[in-house]
Amino acid sequence: MSTGTDTAAPYRSPLRAGRDGFARLLRAEWTKFRTVRGWVLAMGAAALVTVLLGVLLATGMRTVCSNGPVEIRCPALPTGPGGEAVDDKFYFVYRQLTGDGSITARVTSMAGQIRLPDAVPGVRNVVPGVVPWAKAGVMVKESGEQGSPYAAVMVTGEHGVRMQHDFTHDTAGRPGKVSERSPRWLRLTRTGETLTGYESADGVTWAAVGTVRLAGLPDTVRIGMFAASPGHLTVTQGGISGSSSAMRFAEVTAVFDRVGLEGTAPAGAWSRQDVGVTLGPDGLPHHPGGLVESGGTFTVTGVGDIAPRLGDAVVETPLTGVAIGLIAVIVVAVTFMTAEYRRGLIRTTLLASPRRGRVPAAKAVVIGAAAFAAGLVAAGVTVPLGTRLLREGGTPVLPVSALTELRVIVGCAAMFAATAVFALALGALFRRGVAAVAAAVVMIILPHILATASVLPVDAAQWLLRVTPAAAFAILQSVPEYPQVIHHYAPAAGFYPLAPWAGLAVLCGYAVLALGLAVFLLRRRDA
Amino acid sequence: MEATIEVAGLRKRFGRVLALDGMSFTVTPGRVTGFVGPNGAGKSTTMRVIAGLDAPDEGSALVGGRPYRSLRNPLGHLGALLDAGALQPGRTGRDHLLWLAHSQGLTARRVGEVVELVGLGSAARRRAGGYSLGMRQRLGVAAALLGDPPVLMLDEPFNGLDPEGIVWMRGLLRSLAAEGRAVLVSSHLMGELQDTAGHLVVVGRGRVVADTAVEDLIAAASGGRVEVRTAGRPEAMAALASAGATVAATGRDTLVVSGLAAERVVALLTAEAVPFSEVTTYRATLEAAYMDLTRDAVEFRAEAGAFADDARASTGAVAGREAAR
Repeated sequence: MSTGTDTAAPYRSPLRAGRDGFARLLRAEWTKFRTVRGWVLAMGAAALVTVLLGVLLATGMRTVCSNGPVEIRCPALPTGPGGEAVDDKFYFVYRQLTGDGSITARVTSMAGQIRLPDAVPGVRNVVPGVVPWAKAGVMVKESGEQGSPYAAVMVTGEHGVRMQHDFTHDTAGRPGKVSERSPRWLRLTRTGETLTGYESADGVTWAAVGTVRLAGLPDTVRIGMFAASPGHLTVTQGGISGSSSAMRFAEVTAVFDRVGLEGTAPAGAWSRQDVGVTLGPDGLPHHPGGLVESGGTFTVTGVGDIAPRLGDAVVETPLTGVAIGLIAVIVVAVTFMTAEYRRGLIRTTLLASPRRGRVPAAKAVVIGAAAFAAGLVAAGVTVPLGTRLLREGGTPVLPVSALTELRVIVGCAAMFAATAVFALALGALFRRGVAAVAAAVVMIILPHILATASVLPVDAAQWLLRVTPAAAFAILQSVPEYPQVIHHYAPAAGFYPLAPWAGLAVLCGYAVLALGLAVFLLRRRDA
Repeated sequence: MEATIEVAGLRKRFGRVLALDGMSFTVTPGRVTGFVGPNGAGKSTTMRVIAGLDAPDEGSALVGGRPYRSLRNPLGHLGALLDAGALQPGRTGRDHLLWLAHSQGLTARRVGEVVELVGLGSAARRRAGGYSLGMRQRLGVAAALLGDPPVLMLDEPFNGLDPEGIVWMRGLLRSLAAEGRAVLVSSHLMGELQDTAGHLVVVGRGRVVADTAVEDLIAAASGGRVEVRTAGRPEAMAALASAGATVAATGRDTLVVSGLAAERVVALLTAEAVPFSEVTTYRATLEAAYMDLTRDAVEFRAEAGAFADDARASTGAVAGREAAR
């Protein structure tokens, strides 16, 4: 029997211990993660399912256009000087202006007609009226090409005088509607690349509305009067059953007089162009504009809009599988934590790292990084591949800058990471896998489905996407809202109530809060 | 750093149950200290407190003079096997050791060493979900030895081992102690610690009942008794009683003598010409000695109210019993 003696020399280990830093705990947790095959496979599946669903959606989508009676491949969307897709459809009465000059005109009337939802099915229900963003005024435009640079000062249906240029820029002037008794004088002057818009109530006292610079504007430009009216938007709000929207025909007719043109322009009749008019199935122009000229009075009718284009497929359209991919991420992240509790492994973990706050932190970094990688692969493949497949199928995709596309891809990866960290923290709080997975899905995925599947009223949907972690889906929105464009800005149409990074920050806030609580409880409780 | 475990005045209550009630003892290097007591005596709770997993309501537990939760490179100070079943089933034994090694800044080479040391062999590359309890115990011991610590603490390491495994475990524990490590091994079966533990901490109801060297415990339980087999029982009783011994007849031709050494018994009987066929010094087994102690612990439990603050229930128990004899 070896009883030993009190004089025995205590044991000294020959092992050399390194510095007890956070990095080695990270390495340990990474080893834990990568040595359970199911977790690595499931994280890979999260990326794969996102890609596959995106490809499925993109290949299943076919779009054809018609030119008169002929079905054609849809033409590429015109793009503005900023690279964004634009609507550039209006009636233009113009002259060529060489060098500096200006145009002055008085608008005495704005009227029009709007088609409303059919009261009697099949019978067109057209009423007189002007939509809020119907516009008529004076413009300088580089060429007759759709999408070419321009600047214009105009009166609108309900938003007063505006100065706009290059589709996305809008400056407000004096509010109020135009009428015979309250006309608006408009003036646009060109000096080199600088264009200045003015307005006046009487043609005597002028106020500047704005000054813009159109870089690279050629010496000879088009200058003249225009009219355009975007369609009339009706959103049908059906109680709990969500909303649907429809855009219907509207046109505007504006009356100009006291037209004065200064500068070098050819004499004779004004030219006219129905910019961007399309042909109907009968081969004739569909909803054409027009001009009636009599004794210095120009009555211009226009249909369409000069604005950034919305409502088409976007680069995030193929990312429809993200919600499903996130469920896989949630399951892995929750299990990465609850597996510690299920079989008492947490005690071994805490033996190796008695400083308890570090354990959830290290696990969060590891699962967050793994999910980030999965999200980066998922979005990095799905976005370029999906948009290419959509365009090959004839579906136009609203172009965005490379930086925006990168933000969508990296933001998707960040959303994967933040979701994983949040789910991990819920796993630590619940200590039960099923409860934690359910909680994470209910908080992140369910609000998104409810808000975007048109089952909730828009207000309720927007509220959900502000206060729940599902707000993070805003990071995927590539095309912003424009105040000067009427559109169905609802989550169901891909528009989120919070700015992209603000939405992501909501999820991150939840994740940090839950992780902090998990650390607090782990420190306090017996293991 | 000292290779010791010092437990002083631990108290811990789980709801209405007082799990630890003034637990105090010290584990010193160079020997295996058995930590024994019936199930529910507070062994595992004490070990969890030592490892910093549970916080005591009162008292302190130090490893090498410091609280476990303040240690850097903790697995280099204390190796603990608390629950051999605490494994991720989908992870191989080797990978289980690998993440532990990485957490201490150790390499895969050290993992290979401890896998060899515990004889896990090729099983280390299989998923831990398929391990027998014996293999899990070996893996748990490997994990405890990973940091090559001077202090080891193993909770029921013999559980699930086959006879060969038990022999191996005993040898390993002895050799670890012989290297100068402090080794604390809990068990609810004293027999497992026979020939292994040099020192015993016997616990019951959350406190120490006996803290003694194994030799002293056996001697105390044996009580210096001598068994005599003789054909002349009445003569023998008379002769021994007159020499001052306490004599009791235990059978038709057997006696138990207390108060005289075996040599004196032989000398007396020879001098009186009493025939005898056998004189044996009675030696209690460790098991029997332990049963003696834990029976008392059970008795204390029955009289909990009366003995709650009785000093006899604490470390003084053995001394008290010896004095009474």
